[in-house]
Amino acid sequence: MKLRKKRLSRSTGGDLFIFLFLTAGAVFTAAPLILIISGAFKPLDELFLFPPQFFVRNPTMQNFQDLFVLMGEAWIPMSRYLFNSLFIVVAGLGGNVILASLAAYAMSVHEFPGQKIFNEMIILSLMFAQQVVEIPNYLTMSILGWINSYASIIVPAWQVSLGLYLMKQFMDAMVDDSLIEAARIDGAGELQIYWKIVMPIIKPAWLTLIILRFQHLWQQSGERFLYSEELKPLPYALRQIMAGGIARQGVSYAVMLIMMAVPIIVFIINQSKVVETMGTSGID
Amino acid sequence: METTVNEEIDSGIIPKWKRKLRWTWREIKDSRVSYAFLAPFALFFFVFTVLPVLISIVLGFTYFNMLEFPTWVGWENYIRLFLEDDIFLIAIQNTMFFAAITGPVSYLLSFIVAWFINELQPKIRAFLTLLFYAPSISGGAFMVWRIVFSGNMYGYLNSFLIYWGIINRPIIWLQDPTYMMTVVIIVILWMSLATSFLVFIAGLQGIDQKMYEAGAIDGIRNRWQELWYITLPSMRGYLMFGAIMAITQSFAAAHRITALVGEMPSTDYAVHTIVQHLQDYGQIRFEMGYASAMAFLLFLSMVLTQKIVQRLLQKIGE
Repeated sequence: MKLRKKRLSRSTGGDLFIFLFLTAGAVFTAAPLILIISGAFKPLDELFLFPPQFFVRNPTMQNFQDLFVLMGEAWIPMSRYLFNSLFIVVAGLGGNVILASLAAYAMSVHEFPGQKIFNEMIILSLMFAQQVVEIPNYLTMSILGWINSYASIIVPAWQVSLGLYLMKQFMDAMVDDSLIEAARIDGAGELQIYWKIVMPIIKPAWLTLIILRFQHLWQQSGERFLYSEELKPLPYALRQIMAGGIARQGVSYAVMLIMMAVPIIVFIINQSKVVETMGTSGID
Repeated sequence: METTVNEEIDSGIIPKWKRKLRWTWREIKDSRVSYAFLAPFALFFFVFTVLPVLISIVLGFTYFNMLEFPTWVGWENYIRLFLEDDIFLIAIQNTMFFAAITGPVSYLLSFIVAWFINELQPKIRAFLTLLFYAPSISGGAFMVWRIVFSGNMYGYLNSFLIYWGIINRPIIWLQDPTYMMTVVIIVILWMSLATSFLVFIAGLQGIDQKMYEAGAIDGIRNRWQELWYITLPSMRGYLMFGAIMAITQSFAAAHRITALVGEMPSTDYAVHTIVQHLQDYGQIRFEMGYASAMAFLLFLSMVLTQKIVQRLLQKIGE
């Protein structure tokens, strides 16, 4: 673990401390994750060894095969559950990124009456227990006739104030006022400035938002609003399979591995793009 | 049209308040582009966040069982919370204890790890970011801790402790009130490098390197001075964001706590927090008015904490 080209203000003792600190943290963080990966490939006899083994000795795909057999026995095809999850993720995320960044543009670049109050409302909304909002929301959904429809999950995802707050914070820090002034003088409209100038600059912000919200929507089981089996998302179906007791421990590991692999892959793809953006703008 | 309004204002025919009102109205009209940008988000935000919050605050002063129309009871819910509900007082204690540890520790860890990682080579940095961030995006992966802390001798911790002869019978980690809070805090800290961690990394990378070069010329001698006078002041917005995240997550981690210990209420209410108490009344006993009163108190304590943290963050770099 070599440090990037040394600046004047670095001491060897400090570097050593950082190295030890990060190593200890990495081991603590990685251990349970390795346990899941290793568990997903353990045959049944290894899962119930005493004392339990940390690493798998005779890796097998049995747990995944069992999982697919169980999936095949589901009421409706697994592909439908998967489609439901993906649809909720894409629609919910897309709406949130666009609506939040449009609003953040006005909040960060413009000045208008009511701005401060709205900003305060956004911050306060982050601190209200979601469990309480859920119940009045149920009434709203039934008035709108959205119970048992995708809209009940997707539309509330559009107005997650975390998205607006995050976008505004990045725009405040990264977008230079003089750049926008110059674009206005050149005759660019507000929508053009938003889409062609501001959005590319804050690419790290909306990629971060995608990473944050993806895992949340991906885990939605929709049990509060969705009743029809063919509308239910993947986590619901997988949870039913995992609920089969101790005999399904191997399958449970396989499910955990699949459910965590997807957001991690999305993260890896986005992260490399974040780094790319930083690189091209000459910051790194 | 506009000139006549101006003339009227200049000549002082129109009273002051009317002038002020007209001026504001004109500003609002001039800002219609801003409102157009804001409107789509604001509309849904109003329907699905502002309205429910306002409804819930009002419900806190009523008795509402979801079937009959709410009846006004004044301060009764609040009086009941503090004078009659012993479990609520336990929940307050647990919430305060849990938040006082996980909030600051997760916040500091997020920043310190992000700061340390930021100095490494891009490839190592990307790998470590992924590793440290993985627990918080892995969804149900924290349930693996239920196997680590499982109460029988096949649980990882128990079997190792027995194997090494430290204990001779398994400890029921997740049901024994002596250990539950500690176990829960460890697991929550394991997955605490979350939103703010990622935002801190992005923020650190956005700092202009020229500022450090300028700082070195201005006589900054070590990394602590660099941190205090350059890095932290240019991260103020991100730091506030992280603080709000730490507050919301540490005051309202209930669903993870419940999933971890596997039951609600937990043994002897050992990890019963305000949000769990609120769920107990709101979603199981259908006493929405009472649950709403709790939510409002929780909200006030979070806002108060946020204001204090905001004050502290203003002292940075002084």
